[in-house]
Amino acid sequence: MTLRELSASQPDSFSFTDENFSLSKRIIKKYPEGYQASAVIPLLDLAQRQEGWVSKPAIEFIADLLQMPVIRVLEVATFYTMFNLQPIGKKHIQVCTNLPCLLRGCDQVVKCCKDKLGINFGETTNDKMFSLSEVECAGACVNAPVVAINDDYYEDLTYDLMSKVIDRLVQGENIKIGSMINREGSSPVGNKKTLLEDPNHMVPKQDLLKAKADYEYQKKQKSISKGNN
Amino acid sequence: MLKDQDRIFTNLYGDFGWGLNSAMQRGDWDSTKELISMGKDWIIDEIKSSGLRGRGGAGFPTGLKMSFMPKEESSRPHYLVVNADEGEPGTCKDRDMLRYDPHKLIEGCLLTSFAMSSHACYIYIRGEYYNEASNLQRAIDEAYESGFLGKDACGSGWDFDLFLHRGAGAYICGEETALIQSLEGKKGQPRLKPPFPAGVGLYGCPTTVNNVETIAVIPTILRRGAKWFNALGKPNNTGTKVFCISGHVNNPCNVEEEMGIPLKTLIEEHCGGVIGGWDNLLAIIPGGSSVPCLPKKTCDTIDMDFDSLKGANSGLGTAAVIVMNKSVDIIAAITRLSKFYKHESCGQCTPCREGTGWLYRVMDRMVKGEATPEEINTLEEVTYQIEGHTICALGDAAAWPIQGLIRHFRPVMEDRIKNYKQSHFTSAA
Repeated sequence: MTLRELSASQPDSFSFTDENFSLSKRIIKKYPEGYQASAVIPLLDLAQRQEGWVSKPAIEFIADLLQMPVIRVLEVATFYTMFNLQPIGKKHIQVCTNLPCLLRGCDQVVKCCKDKLGINFGETTNDKMFSLSEVECAGACVNAPVVAINDDYYEDLTYDLMSKVIDRLVQGENIKIGSMINREGSSPVGNKKTLLEDPNHMVPKQDLLKAKADYEYQKKQKSISKGNN
Repeated sequence: MLKDQDRIFTNLYGDFGWGLNSAMQRGDWDSTKELISMGKDWIIDEIKSSGLRGRGGAGFPTGLKMSFMPKEESSRPHYLVVNADEGEPGTCKDRDMLRYDPHKLIEGCLLTSFAMSSHACYIYIRGEYYNEASNLQRAIDEAYESGFLGKDACGSGWDFDLFLHRGAGAYICGEETALIQSLEGKKGQPRLKPPFPAGVGLYGCPTTVNNVETIAVIPTILRRGAKWFNALGKPNNTGTKVFCISGHVNNPCNVEEEMGIPLKTLIEEHCGGVIGGWDNLLAIIPGGSSVPCLPKKTCDTIDMDFDSLKGANSGLGTAAVIVMNKSVDIIAAITRLSKFYKHESCGQCTPCREGTGWLYRVMDRMVKGEATPEEINTLEEVTYQIEGHTICALGDAAAWPIQGLIRHFRPVMEDRIKNYKQSHFTSAA
């Protein structure tokens, strides 16, 4: 478990923008009537997208919207690690340091971030541009080491490649997300050995009519033998 | 090697489009209506005779699980929930299905839900998979627009709604009852079983939770027939499986292969071998971080399927193979996993909440050798006190990697302790 607390300084109030308010109505509709509490994670996420972090007034606002006790929303906000309970930089660099990334050299990626940004895990640069976090498995292990920056994954990193990513972010340039060594998804580097044939055709199909007839026949046989017993 | 024509995930690497038109060109949504008209019992029996076992880790027979749901819908609706909360270290197979082949999953949701008399399905995807979720949501929208979902889905007469729900970064929500809690808007803390979700699940209604891969292979199995699936793999471990091979191999990758493929073949054929050669192999973790590691001598001959790996005191888990060569400090590697379980324990059960932290602190000393040889026994004993004494399997998952370490690498741990003692004794003298 991790100890996660609300920020010491809090804004006075929170409310959704008009656009987000109507979006929140649409989200709540996904769940059956009376079970609107299901929308609590999506709405906290929406609040975080609006403000950059989740504040106490946002928690109270969402509790009110979903007719939930504030404590229920608070415990959700503090349980799930994707909710930032403190104000955070514009670019949130989340470095995976779990075993598969560790084996592929994530310590170099961490070192690069710390060298270039001059901050440690859990800190934000003075210009409020970058925050650095250590996260658990990002779920892109065959493309390790992996870093998530806000919503996007950057994969197959090294010290130098991470350095380039940061440089380009500083200059406000767009970077193609995904593999930094131009791998195609999770395929092996170099010539792939599978999926070489053209898959653009129908999948061979069993004779459904025959399958159905066989199935009915077997069912009948079973019920007859049961009847005989 | 599995032939391309027998692969289910033909767009695993994203060579082609993930949208509806591209998916239909690859044979998705072909005769879905006819499959539905075969009837619920036929679908469940076909899945049963295919031998499909759950792809999320536990390997429970999928057809049997489907048959646990009440036969007919009562006043309580039935739900299918798809577990896309992929987060087991080493595992990244569902991600490729979600971003490159979402229509396989969506079609699977419809067919499975119909067979279980369910009119609604929620896909719970981990919050970090933002771009994957946006592909999937667009795919769902396309399916609605084409009449494949919604009222009278595919013209079958069955009404079916499919919703996507994003999580927010908790590994424990991959446990089915924690996932249900989270979907209901609570902290992801697992529930006691019984009652099982098939009786009392989401919103107190009959629910089945299945992994993405399990649901995504169902349309192809129904189309090609249980016999086709059954002929692949080994008895009781049938079909194909997507393996994720990470760590110290020359070319880490995801690949779909037959169940029961020898580990050595998998690594040498598909991943360009271990870095430094097969003889440089130290150990592998065969099924995601939760299963015990295997030393090289077992890796030489082991097959990758549920029963073979269980026989070797490990498990297939999610088929995420983490390869470690001799450059690795195996104690430090397992300690990193202990840190992970400490971080992800939900805090509900005392043995896990306190135990995972204790394990990590002791392991942290073991890395340096700052311990006594007797403490290895104590450490092992404590893992057995956690295992089986918690509501969910996270306690077990924290215990097993350490048990595997002690089982296979005890001499390494003892040497570390001896060296630490010597170096400190010498420097003191």
